[in-house]
Amino acid sequence: MIIKGKVHKFGDDINTDDIIAAKYLVSTDPKELGLHCMETISPEFSQKVSPGDIIVAGNNFGCGSSREHAPLAIKGCGISAVIAKNFAAIFFRNAINIGLPFLESSDIDNINDGDMVEIDLSSGIIKNITQGKDFKTQAFPEFLQDIVSSGGLIEYIKKKEKK
Amino acid sequence: MGNTISEKILMAHIAAKGSVKPGEFIEAKVDVALANDITAPLAISEFKKSGFSKIFNKNKVVLVPDHFAPAKDLKSANQCKILANFAKEQGIKNYFEIGLMGIEHALLPEQGIVLPGDLVIGADSHTCTYGALGAYATGMGSTDLARAYIDGKCWLKVPATHKYIYKGKLNKWVGGKDLILYTIGQIGVDGALYKVMEYCGPVIKKLGMDDRFSMSNMAIEAGARAGLIEPDEITKEYVSGFKRRPKYYYSDKDAVYEKIYEWDVTKLEPQVACPHLPSNVKPVSGLKNIKVDQVVIGSCTNGRISDLRIAAKLLKGKKAAKGVKLIVFPATQKIYLEAVKEGLAEIFVKAGGVFSTPTCGPCLGGHMGILAEGEVAIATTNRNFLGRMGSPKSFVYLSNPAVAAASAITGRITHPAKI
Repeated sequence: MIIKGKVHKFGDDINTDDIIAAKYLVSTDPKELGLHCMETISPEFSQKVSPGDIIVAGNNFGCGSSREHAPLAIKGCGISAVIAKNFAAIFFRNAINIGLPFLESSDIDNINDGDMVEIDLSSGIIKNITQGKDFKTQAFPEFLQDIVSSGGLIEYIKKKEKK
Repeated sequence: MGNTISEKILMAHIAAKGSVKPGEFIEAKVDVALANDITAPLAISEFKKSGFSKIFNKNKVVLVPDHFAPAKDLKSANQCKILANFAKEQGIKNYFEIGLMGIEHALLPEQGIVLPGDLVIGADSHTCTYGALGAYATGMGSTDLARAYIDGKCWLKVPATHKYIYKGKLNKWVGGKDLILYTIGQIGVDGALYKVMEYCGPVIKKLGMDDRFSMSNMAIEAGARAGLIEPDEITKEYVSGFKRRPKYYYSDKDAVYEKIYEWDVTKLEPQVACPHLPSNVKPVSGLKNIKVDQVVIGSCTNGRISDLRIAAKLLKGKKAAKGVKLIVFPATQKIYLEAVKEGLAEIFVKAGGVFSTPTCGPCLGGHMGILAEGEVAIATTNRNFLGRMGSPKSFVYLSNPAVAAASAITGRITHPAKI
């Protein structure tokens, strides 16, 4: 799967209250949640995103709460993938379970806000089109790839139950 | 090569018997699957979309409307109603309507729903609280819960364990909250990312259960999957009255730890996490002249009876400083009643405080005490992220109940020894 989009860059420890504040957790609709994505730290964020754009961030992305509303809000506002140095554990599994594409890469210091980036999820290659540089990251373990390629955890379980 | 307590609990729960190694992916059977009024609606709708109609076990699913309950507005009322309907439809025994309800992570141990040796998953990040009992308890998302509703299982990557040894003797006014704040201050908010924290040493052996719950509760603030304490006489006493029998697991002498930290905490004074991260920790005496507008005592971290007793000891016969909003919220109905019977509620009200029904409300900026622009709060809660309790231009300091109560009296962040 190839994803191409413009980069919105963030720092370390972006927490789930930054991604979607608790006051908006009275909805489970990704579109509605998406309108308030990153609002606390970047009030205009949802208006700045064009469909397909990519979030690039530092360490511990998605730390804090278990709210699945966080990856849903990111998807709902039009973001197609997240690249970070590493992810908080609950966010990591939520993203896998709902099928939000993401990659872990230590090379994000070479990506700037506004760069055009192309990522290949199956090979783990990140192409920075603006700067003409490629980076290789580690692809997911097979077990996680199975969940993602099934279309999320519930579809994966349904497939297993049928066997 | 031996195993840690958490590896042993996971081993006892894997669908296919065998050993487990850190880094390995496993499928495990869960004893308790918990969700609340924010996360359950999403789990229930995913479960319904899946085409399955009956949950795997009506005795193992727990639903607690506690975040925006008693319902703060129409939308949250509708969310709470989804839980009530699902509980009725599926015959779920452990559904707690307001009046029976409490903050989930205080309620489940109190009711004997979680016991030592259990594998607990909860669609709430502070599910790690039950590690204090010697259970493997970890936060997950709503889709994980929906999956557990289907087949009673979850996927897990077995974490490596970091061991934390606390030596020495604790000062007056220093407790479990200070130990965990100090620890997070030392290792950072990602210091235990994907790891299990195991707390031990002579200081832990002497800590009561309430203090242990505070410590395990905040394991997630260091990025950990779980925060465990080996069961001992204090644990056994706590669970002695429950019908279901606990299973006790202990780390082997030759268990493998990825990292071991050892601290002498004899000189430790009460710790305060400053805005806007739980790792931004300073000793209370290092904070000079910080005025507070609001003091919040309660939550799944510090809303238990011993926390309220400590706060009441300081507030007895005193008043909150002029202009300081004092909010005390016991974590469960049982604690509420105890606080009334012991006269603690009267002390808080006479001090000019609000004594509220159990709710997660103020901690996450939900309701019952939202901060306005420019306001400063000291809270016994667990997170002080930007905007956590209200305005993105407000400021939250985290502390133990004694520091919070002392600060209410003076209107400035204060060492309890000064009262």
